[in-house]
Amino acid sequence: MANSILTSILSMGGLGLALGGGLAIAFKKLAVEADPREAAIVEALPGANCGACGYPGCGGLAKAILEGKAPVNACSVGGAKVAAKIAEIMGISGVEGAEDKKIARVLCQGGKSKAKQKSDYHGVMTCKAASMVNAGPRACSFACIGFGDCAKVCAFGAITMGEDGLPIIDEEKCTGCGLCVKTCPKMVIALTSSKQEVHVRCRATMKGKDTRAVCSVGCIACKQCEKVCPFDAIHVVDNVAVIDYEKCRNCMLCVEKCPTKTITSKFPTRKKAVIIEEKCIGCTLCAKNCPVNAITGEVKKVHAVNQELCIGCGICLEKCRKDAIKMVREGQEKIGDCRECAASN
Amino acid sequence: MAKELFFIIIGSVFVNNFVFSRFLGQCPFLGVSSKTETAVGMGMATTFVLTMTAVAAYFIQNYILVPYGLADFLQIVSFILVIASLVQLVEMVILKISPALYNAFGIYLPLITTNCIVMGVALLIPQYNYNLIKSVTLGLGAGLGFTLALALMSGIREEMEFHDVPEALKGPAIVFITAGLLSMIFLGFSGLVPLG
Repeated sequence: MANSILTSILSMGGLGLALGGGLAIAFKKLAVEADPREAAIVEALPGANCGACGYPGCGGLAKAILEGKAPVNACSVGGAKVAAKIAEIMGISGVEGAEDKKIARVLCQGGKSKAKQKSDYHGVMTCKAASMVNAGPRACSFACIGFGDCAKVCAFGAITMGEDGLPIIDEEKCTGCGLCVKTCPKMVIALTSSKQEVHVRCRATMKGKDTRAVCSVGCIACKQCEKVCPFDAIHVVDNVAVIDYEKCRNCMLCVEKCPTKTITSKFPTRKKAVIIEEKCIGCTLCAKNCPVNAITGEVKKVHAVNQELCIGCGICLEKCRKDAIKMVREGQEKIGDCRECAASN
Repeated sequence: MAKELFFIIIGSVFVNNFVFSRFLGQCPFLGVSSKTETAVGMGMATTFVLTMTAVAAYFIQNYILVPYGLADFLQIVSFILVIASLVQLVEMVILKISPALYNAFGIYLPLITTNCIVMGVALLIPQYNYNLIKSVTLGLGAGLGFTLALALMSGIREEMEFHDVPEALKGPAIVFITAGLLSMIFLGFSGLVPLG
């Protein structure tokens, strides 16, 4: 008996030792040299493992960058700083950060004071749970529920819940990782370019009359924005206005026209084109391209912008070859909370 | 000898197919059979590991377990040990020799450790008292049979995507039914060659 226990222990121990030792030696001999740059890139990345780049965590992105599958500026969270660091590690120069930083926007204004409640909810206080009960406590089934799932999931502390029960996004802190977009059961958060100032803050696809009945700031699909837009950038689709961000130039005409104040802008006033007289050579390019004919002037003479007519679309700025046009905004200060700007319009 | 080896191959691929008649390796069979490409990759990787395991199992059984009289109670433990280290070794070797192949296998390579066909073959070799060449042939045959099963199943599942499956049977249910039907079809091979 003792003998068989001994042989068992010895043979199994020996086998384990031999196999383990063999594996250890094999690991040393067959070790594939890891690229030291991979560790350096992981070090340079923010390490939030948010997955906004489309790869599984920062490690996955580092690998993809090494293999050349992802650009060095693929991390939208890290922005230009991290991109520069990684470019240095990879030995690439002259790479700018992710040029178009995305920012999460709340596409609903139906706070406690604006949107009606259809029921009192006393269950688990998360948006996800509440959304499963009769499509949420708000009368509008598209409305923000306001229990702050997005604020809880935000890894960067960029979302706080406002007094009206709507999330407020701190654009400085927001990295555009998209975690809140995925979390929101009502899908009222969307990522748009940081340059985009004008947004339709409603997603309700009910008929205008039904939307009006439940929310004072919902899109009623009156199509006035569609008519006023000089760039064909806003259209009413499924009873709700949708902006084509490729075409939108933030001229704010629709913001002013919108009867329900559903469309909001980041700034209370629009920017205006101003011609720098010393630089203008009178080429008339700006006047020819102005969609509202706000620029006048004779050939080879300094042009002038009619500030009353100018909508601040910035087309003249792009067309001018002499850098003779700048965009100026009255009251440069930014409005942090978009609900205030809706009220001030 | 050649005739016997041929019988072993035919026997383990068709007559006693490890998936359809012995019902081993059901987990990867159902889990990895949704796409033909990955199914065949998994089959190939398993075949490779099975052949290696057959060799290792033969030597462990005949040079360690039997001489010391441990075959009765240490067989499973020692085979698990060998299979696990073998898969690890294979993984390292493949990574060194061909990273492309390693990437193609992906997660399936370590998963083979827990594939019960591998254990099944290791335990069958001492049961049948096979010599080294026969053991290797059995391992190879088992792997080919597994690959065949996976390829067949994945082909059917890919085709099934385009067909109107009754609501109640959607998902795993219809896959199990299909597996059962395939198994019955393979029953038709029984008696083709003598068992063992």
